[in-house]
Amino acid sequence: MTLATYVRKRVLVSIPVLLGVTALTFSLLHLTPGDPVDAVLGFQEVDPDVRESLKAEYNLDRPVWEQYLFWLRDALVLEFGRSPITGRDVGATIADRLPYTLVLGGAAWLCSLLIGIPAGVVAAVKRGEPADEVSRIAALAGIATPNFWLGLVLLFVFSVRLGWFRVIPPDAPLLSPATLRFLILPTITLGTASAALVARLLRSSMLRELNASYVRTARAKGLPERTVICKHVLRNSLIAVVTVAGLQLTLLVDGAVVVEQVFSWPGMGRLLVGAIGQRDLPTVQATVLVVAVSVVLANLLVDIAYAVLDPRIRDER
Amino acid sequence: MALLEVEDLVVQFYTEDGVVRAVDGISYEIERGEHLALVGESGAGKTVTSLALLGLIEDPGEIVGGEIRFRGRNILECSDSELRSLRGNEIAMVFQDPETALNPVYSVGEQIAEAIRAHRDVTDEQARRRTVELLERVGVSDAEHRYADYPHEFSGGQQQRIVIAMALSCEPDLLICDEPTTALDVTVEAQILELLEELVEEFETAIQFVSHDLGVVAERCDRVLVVYAGQVVERASVDDLYYDPKHPYTVGLMASIPRLGADRDRLPTIPGAAPDLIDPPTGCRFHPRCPYAESCCATREPSLVDAETGTTATPLEAAPTAHLAACHEYTGALEDGLDYDVVVSGEDEGRGESE
Repeated sequence: MTLATYVRKRVLVSIPVLLGVTALTFSLLHLTPGDPVDAVLGFQEVDPDVRESLKAEYNLDRPVWEQYLFWLRDALVLEFGRSPITGRDVGATIADRLPYTLVLGGAAWLCSLLIGIPAGVVAAVKRGEPADEVSRIAALAGIATPNFWLGLVLLFVFSVRLGWFRVIPPDAPLLSPATLRFLILPTITLGTASAALVARLLRSSMLRELNASYVRTARAKGLPERTVICKHVLRNSLIAVVTVAGLQLTLLVDGAVVVEQVFSWPGMGRLLVGAIGQRDLPTVQATVLVVAVSVVLANLLVDIAYAVLDPRIRDER
Repeated sequence: MALLEVEDLVVQFYTEDGVVRAVDGISYEIERGEHLALVGESGAGKTVTSLALLGLIEDPGEIVGGEIRFRGRNILECSDSELRSLRGNEIAMVFQDPETALNPVYSVGEQIAEAIRAHRDVTDEQARRRTVELLERVGVSDAEHRYADYPHEFSGGQQQRIVIAMALSCEPDLLICDEPTTALDVTVEAQILELLEELVEEFETAIQFVSHDLGVVAERCDRVLVVYAGQVVERASVDDLYYDPKHPYTVGLMASIPRLGADRDRLPTIPGAAPDLIDPPTGCRFHPRCPYAESCCATREPSLVDAETGTTATPLEAAPTAHLAACHEYTGALEDGLDYDVVVSGEDEGRGESE
């Protein structure tokens, strides 16, 4: 099987999963205690005629499966209705907020790999030496530190005391130098634990691979040690790391809920927390859907990364 | 000067249970184009000796004594970069299990081509073309297309052909074959051995053939070194060894070769197990398993002597064809002597085409 066939297959398999996700998100409306109309109205008192007309407007008088299909059709074109709280179009709000979360999450993820992978390689190659010990202790500290605490400490030390960074995001476009500079602390906060995890995982998986016979073959060929490690050993070791790196991608979204709160970062995490507090159901629904879809996509990317790294996986299934 | 001279090689491994002397003072030489076999049980030190030639003894192992001279230059004193230019280029190795010896995530073509690129000043395209030629030469059909295939897409026999192509890619002067067919079917084994023989003749490569199988060795090699517990116990030309084995251990090994038409129900085996190398037996290391052991065997260590004259002989100084054995019998110390007969049953048996 070629890589292209494999990718096509994985994408097709993701479709039922996505449908399941939408069904679950849709049922939020009906699983919430009380009348869905209340949810749509934001739990305000209105007279019965308005209720009836709203029911008709939102198709709430139709069977549930039909409602789901209507909702799904709207969701496909990113039409999530208006927020009863702000009166704004939910789709537009999400379009505003999503880039913030993507930039923060992406930066943190990249940072965790850029620090985690070299740290893991060095720890494995210099096993038992001081570099390994330093990496071990740093990783332990990184994993054990809760990110909201780390965020507050960084904010206090570097923003409040030293004044190197702003305390709240600047009023500038997302990709402007000022905003990107502000992004440094949240990125470190969100990326630290992942970097530590990646480093530890890569170290143990490399130590296992270093004992493999193909490593001896590579050395017996007369390849430089650097090539042996970075070409032969690393690629095999990364297969174990990819699983975790993929899971981290979704954890970064979770973590963002907390970190965005600490740094007043206007992303999806804060949007979700605010919407839940205000019982803004359409916004909650849309946010959860976006997060859920991104988790499914992250898993798809992990599967594809496996196949790129290890040709044997393409031939399975 | 011989192509390779190994003198008093000592390799130790530091384990939790103690220090293991895997190789304890082995000496031998290989002439240009010669086929030398290292024979012995698992754990006798054959593979460790081979890896030492490439400077590939890793933690917790260490070469603690001796010299390995390749073309007169001591490998043990080479820098890392000198060693690298030797490995795969002048001395190459074919490993035991081809499935694990190949990296599963790179195409077989790339794995051969990278060896060529490491040692020759070639473009990527030239390395690729040479690789395709090599793959064809070792009998991989449709080599041009299979270049990009991965190891798991080949059978075990084909994988070993690929490993052989890799080892011969830079036309080494010495090829170490470490039990190259142990992981393969018997029918495939014969094909691989035949291919190896053809190729080394074509490339005029010397071979160090490591095996536990005296039958395989008989057909392919000029001389044999029998290794027991990290030491050489007998050294002879193939004919001398097979028709007139001098060491009781060699006799035991030969008795355990299965033969067609033999009217025995069970193969004789050598009683006991290979000795513990952390605390080896005193005297002759083989004496606890030797049917002819006498009291002196447990106390005095026999040295290698010329089996004809009984004079002490070091392998590097004695004539290459001299028949050496490490047994008290040949210094006259045994009272009852070695009581075994060698029966040659049919001219071809145990004897190959090699002279």
